[in-house]
Amino acid sequence: MAPLLSIENITVRYGAIEALHQVSMSVDEGDVVALIGANGAGKSTLLKAIVGQVPLAGGSISFKGEEVCTSAKHKKSVPTHLLAAKGIALVPEGRHVFADMTVEENLDMGAFLVRDQEAIEKKKEEMYDFFPILGARRKQKTRSLSGGEQQMMAIARALMSSPHMILLDEPGLGLAPLVVQDIFQKIKLINEEEKVTVFLVEQNARLALKASSKGYCLENGSIVLADSSQALLDNDKVRAAYLGE
Amino acid sequence: MLNFFQLIIIYAGIYALMAIGQNCITGNTGMLSLCHAGFFCIGSYATGIICKTLGLSFWFSLPVAALCSAAVGFLIGVPTLRLKGDYLCIATLGLGEIIRNIATNVNPVGMMAIPRAELFGYQFSSRNKITFIILVWCFVLIAYFLFRQLAHSRIGRAMIAVREDEVAAQSNGINVAKYKIGSFTLGAAIGGTAGCFATAYTLTVQPGSYTFMVSVMVLCMVVLGGMGNLKGVILGAFIIEFIQYFPQLVGLSSVIPAQASQIIYGLVLVIMMICRPQGILGRDNYRYGDPRSLREKIRDSFKRPSKKEA
Repeated sequence: MAPLLSIENITVRYGAIEALHQVSMSVDEGDVVALIGANGAGKSTLLKAIVGQVPLAGGSISFKGEEVCTSAKHKKSVPTHLLAAKGIALVPEGRHVFADMTVEENLDMGAFLVRDQEAIEKKKEEMYDFFPILGARRKQKTRSLSGGEQQMMAIARALMSSPHMILLDEPGLGLAPLVVQDIFQKIKLINEEEKVTVFLVEQNARLALKASSKGYCLENGSIVLADSSQALLDNDKVRAAYLGE
Repeated sequence: MLNFFQLIIIYAGIYALMAIGQNCITGNTGMLSLCHAGFFCIGSYATGIICKTLGLSFWFSLPVAALCSAAVGFLIGVPTLRLKGDYLCIATLGLGEIIRNIATNVNPVGMMAIPRAELFGYQFSSRNKITFIILVWCFVLIAYFLFRQLAHSRIGRAMIAVREDEVAAQSNGINVAKYKIGSFTLGAAIGGTAGCFATAYTLTVQPGSYTFMVSVMVLCMVVLGGMGNLKGVILGAFIIEFIQYFPQLVGLSSVIPAQASQIIYGLVLVIMMICRPQGILGRDNYRYGDPRSLREKIRDSFKRPSKKEA
């Protein structure tokens, strides 16, 4: 079966600097795939490339067998909002919640593309069951939520549109270790229960690899390692470079 | 004195229309724009040209003025799409000045003796201010209800999402460009209708009256009343207009120079920013997907804001 998301030899340049060099990877339907790497490795650039926020200098990206991004020479990539309609939901880095809206209103926004009011209500209840803390805070302004709660809300909001795949950009950023663990457990559960394919970009290599089935390691804009997550956890190089052992 | 109050009410109505348009751009979608004087100018000229040069009715000029302004709003919205905050502010300021300068250079005198607006044989003249007040405020009410419906609709929600966080809006499937240009176009259209009424009242069009200060004043009305709060911006229009004509009102226009009003409303704004930065009536609360019927909505809109969302 063809992978849900396949990235072929993409290159991204910011002026003279090459942020991504001939990166290829694939995400199969139903998988949790982790991309690990240090600061400045190009992780966020890769996600931006997938959602059409940065132009490709080479290569192509396809989703469900359909080309969504190619290098600028041929044609423009599909804009972000249309990708959302195709079933890719992005949880942006730094959460990007609508801070002045209540939790419930944020979730309503997540369901912007869903026209069926009943389905939205059902999905909201589902999310409140899944993240009980959000249910308790549904009428609160998101600004007043803690970082972890905001992150959960950002994930819940992305799930509101019933996407095929969610892209998570650093879900553990700036959160307490216990909260991060909780969030990664939820991510695993989302994958199992909601049947959503997850593509995870994270600096916390251990947690990311534990939560995923397949992992990629990005260094200076190139994929240096690609294996099953367990194998990466056992890999000496990964242990030395990312797990601090 | 009474006459003068009536004049203020008329101008407050005209500026309330402008402020509603500015609110659509700045309050709902969050784009800091400073070219409402330009839209006002285009609406005024459209009315002047249609009523005088072409000799057609005022009622025909009204939609045309709105359409002309909307078209210009669209043309301004497209190139400024990628600009944000102060950059957008400066770009729109320049575009507003371009519109005024074109008008000044084409005909520095402007237009005079434009025929009056007529309805069933009745002429709306500046002598009988009451009828003009009714005319203008009818349209303010229409605009108020239309934009209120808009703000609580799916479109309004999308606009608010764009204002709050563009990245999040995009990743939720909202076409940011579409809503930004759309709100510019709508805001411009209503600014054009304000120009139309101004022309119908003064019966002249003078290019000198569409300065940058007009745009600043309209923006002040929105900030003063409460961004995104329609009742607030109408109140803001009243207050600013009142301050504007205060020296004449108290009969001290010979003592207090005209510029004093600018100092006063500068002061008012500073005090506002310190004491109540969200505006007199505060920002809007996002009451969308309102389950109430239209009748209930109209009834409730005359009551105090409901406690439902509080």
